[in-house]
Amino acid sequence: MYRLPWSASSCQKVFGGTIAMRIVGKGIAKIDGMSIATGKPVYTEDLAMVNSLVIKILRSPHAFARISSIDTAVAEKIEGVECILTYKDVPHQRFTLAGQSYPEPSPYDRLILEQIVRYVGDEVAIIAAVDERTALKAMALIKVKYELFEPVLDFEKAIGHTSIVHSEDDLHCNFDIGMNKEMNIVSSHNVEVGDIDGELKKCNVVVEETFYTQANAHAMMETYRASSYLDHMGRLVVISSTQIPFHVRRQLAKALQIPASKIRVIKPRIGGGFGGKQTSAVEIFTAIVTLKTGKPSILVYGRTETFSCTTSRHAMRLTVRLGADKKGYIKVVDIQGLSDTGAYGEHASTVFSVVGDKTLPLYNKTAAVRFMGNVVYTNKMPAGAFRGYGATQGAFALESAVNILAEKLAIDPVELRLKNLIREGETCLTYKGNLLGSSSLHRCIEKGKDLINWNAKYPVQEVGHNKVRAVGMAVTMQGSGIAGIDTASAEIRLNDDGNFTLLIGSTDMGTGSDTILAQMAAEVLEIPMEKIIVNAADTDISPYDPGSYASSTTYVTGMAVVQAAEDLKRQIIESGGKFLELSTEEVVFDGQTIKMIEGDKSVKLEKLAEFLVLGSGKHQLVGNATYGSPVSPPPFIAGFAEVEIDKETGKVDLLDYVAVVDCGTVINPNLARIQVEGGIVQGIGMAMYEEVKYGEKGNLLTNTFMQYKIPCRKDIGNVRVSFEESFEATGPFGAKSIGEVVINTPAPAIAHAVYNAVKVRVTALPITPEKVFMEIQKVNRTGESQ
Amino acid sequence: MQIEVIVNQKKITLAVDNDEFLADTLRSYGMLSIRKGCDTTCCGLCTVWIEGKPTLSCAMLSFRVNGKHITTIEGVQKEAEKFAEILVAEGAEQCGFCSPGFIMTVLAMKNELNNPTEEEIVHYLTGNLCRCTGYLGQLRAVKKYLEVL
Repeated sequence: MYRLPWSASSCQKVFGGTIAMRIVGKGIAKIDGMSIATGKPVYTEDLAMVNSLVIKILRSPHAFARISSIDTAVAEKIEGVECILTYKDVPHQRFTLAGQSYPEPSPYDRLILEQIVRYVGDEVAIIAAVDERTALKAMALIKVKYELFEPVLDFEKAIGHTSIVHSEDDLHCNFDIGMNKEMNIVSSHNVEVGDIDGELKKCNVVVEETFYTQANAHAMMETYRASSYLDHMGRLVVISSTQIPFHVRRQLAKALQIPASKIRVIKPRIGGGFGGKQTSAVEIFTAIVTLKTGKPSILVYGRTETFSCTTSRHAMRLTVRLGADKKGYIKVVDIQGLSDTGAYGEHASTVFSVVGDKTLPLYNKTAAVRFMGNVVYTNKMPAGAFRGYGATQGAFALESAVNILAEKLAIDPVELRLKNLIREGETCLTYKGNLLGSSSLHRCIEKGKDLINWNAKYPVQEVGHNKVRAVGMAVTMQGSGIAGIDTASAEIRLNDDGNFTLLIGSTDMGTGSDTILAQMAAEVLEIPMEKIIVNAADTDISPYDPGSYASSTTYVTGMAVVQAAEDLKRQIIESGGKFLELSTEEVVFDGQTIKMIEGDKSVKLEKLAEFLVLGSGKHQLVGNATYGSPVSPPPFIAGFAEVEIDKETGKVDLLDYVAVVDCGTVINPNLARIQVEGGIVQGIGMAMYEEVKYGEKGNLLTNTFMQYKIPCRKDIGNVRVSFEESFEATGPFGAKSIGEVVINTPAPAIAHAVYNAVKVRVTALPITPEKVFMEIQKVNRTGESQ
Repeated sequence: MQIEVIVNQKKITLAVDNDEFLADTLRSYGMLSIRKGCDTTCCGLCTVWIEGKPTLSCAMLSFRVNGKHITTIEGVQKEAEKFAEILVAEGAEQCGFCSPGFIMTVLAMKNELNNPTEEEIVHYLTGNLCRCTGYLGQLRAVKKYLEVL
């Protein structure tokens, strides 16, 4: 039994009735599951037009250079080459590839092709030919001469570097993000409440540590790809593996200087995104080739291109200062950061601000908090959106510092957190008087502590043969959608046969969001899932949705779906009443029949639908809603790690990971569980294996799975997931988000366990055996000399 | 050059280039379940059976399979569906992009190993990467599948 928090007309009104949920809360299989699991052709490449031109991209071998000459004459003569485009052939209108609502906070700092190349892999020419072989042959015949510049490769030396990554006059920011491009600063940030230095002086214990979080690759199994063609009205159609079809449409319109009404973007099934596909990659190239040639085209990035020519997580340096009083209350949280956005500023300012947004509210007994710093341009692959979006980086730094503080205070880190963390109904300095609506974080910590058997295992146990076992922990929060900005619409119609079509623009990338949104609609309308056809996403057909990112789909689109379904339900009751010649108040709808409350008049839904749509009723019913939330309620996780370390080699084995999750009401426990397991494992990859690395000249070293190690089956120990439901009054059925928060805790929790095991504090991710081994040697030497 | 192969029990003749890989040959022949995910034989997405043995079709030159039996998931749909139903009930297909290759390896394992232990299962399937699920749901599904046989 669940409380139903919202009245029929408004989600904000809370009242206390109870209803049994029939479909929400059930582990229903994904509606597309069987088709995608058994290999049906439902992905982007499968849907490309036959005889599409194959596109290949010639890329810069230099990190920073000007193209002094480019000669395509010989290449163009190859039979089968349809077009070769260089910087001379593209519109001179700067844009951003970041998938964000307009006006985007990311600077308009790129052209489709440009005479300046800013990283190894930056695009130099677009080649389209009848097949791949011909395109590659032509590519090899393009002659390019470069004038080389000194690249900016070390992000800590970017500010004030003699080279300026973006010196162009036409770079545009939609609003002030603190850009100082002459200094290579993309954006500056400062959130400060209270007197940091004054309060620190009053503290009994102060810790300060600098942490480095590395760039990561999304490594979704389906690499970036799109195909294009012109439709029967000459409009440009782009089929893309994207999380952001509506943003892609707007970007293409701007970059190509054509009206958005001439563009249609279709998102089929997607083979994973993780935020990577919240930044466009390939669409612009198929689009311009199709526009120039009039022919269908396709571009599929290989794994190397995906690793080296798209986006990664922003690498950061975060210096944390914490101050506490002698009772163990954290009074000051100060985080100073520097973020590396690479050659272009996609998501630069927003990822950075999220570092503070998702850390400063956690410990709310504070008297002063601050998050400040800069995001810089360098001559490396651009950074972009990646699951966690800054919260991940912030969680590693803050939670690692909190664990150091616990040791200094000689307080159990679990107790320190229980004492200091924000609770439901409380506020914090950065909430400006607003209250935290829902949280079961304290329960999550208590439960996780039990599941990992903290009391017996903390901090460390010798297990013999030079091996030790130890536990560590961390907590985190994320958001649910972008408050006050992202707005989703949903539409649900009653078809002529009594079935329903749910139209949404959110982008299921494998998460199962199409399924859980249908569950919500089915719950409201009291109909079985089989009666709902879900259509998403197609900019010609779907109502507007920013796309699936920022942990928004369950919470924001979900509420739009709930309200649209409620709207339709009202209309069904009203029309059914009219059909029965009764007033709206005299009838009810139970999902199958509209019937008189007191009396025996009734009409089957199928009959009513037939009457309305193709009979004399002449009024097809469509429920509509547009929803944007003024708040972004945080989901929480308490993560606990148990590691075993070989003291002779530094090898770390992750034996057990416990994640206890507060995502509000769990809409679909099976899909939520898999989201958590997958996110935890991706977080383990970030913690222990994965790092995007560059060579001395800015060339990417980690451009295949041979060099960029993602976890395989054997790398994963036990991962245990548990839910502690809270009830979020502003969310659909009490739900909050789940998709991103899951990646944040492994890095700090594993680092903590490693420290408890061998007293080695790894402050720069990933936690490799080499680092642990070298640090163990240092600790040993220090021990000997003392 | 031309090769004669038996794809999903149907004998066909295909024109292939000398340096063409089987994954590309099969895809152009219409086997759209074949995907390439890595270019370096790391991910397992392109797994098909050659003479019943799971093989990475992205690294197999097409001319080398001349005269051989090739099986893709299109050719074992019934058995694939049996396992897929369990996988989907677990929620462990997620994006589904790695599923065809994964399922071909699971079915091959079922044929090859008798009552495998968890360790043997994990070892057999290690070459199939998945970025969505964290592998745990896949393992639960495999164990259930082997139990219900």
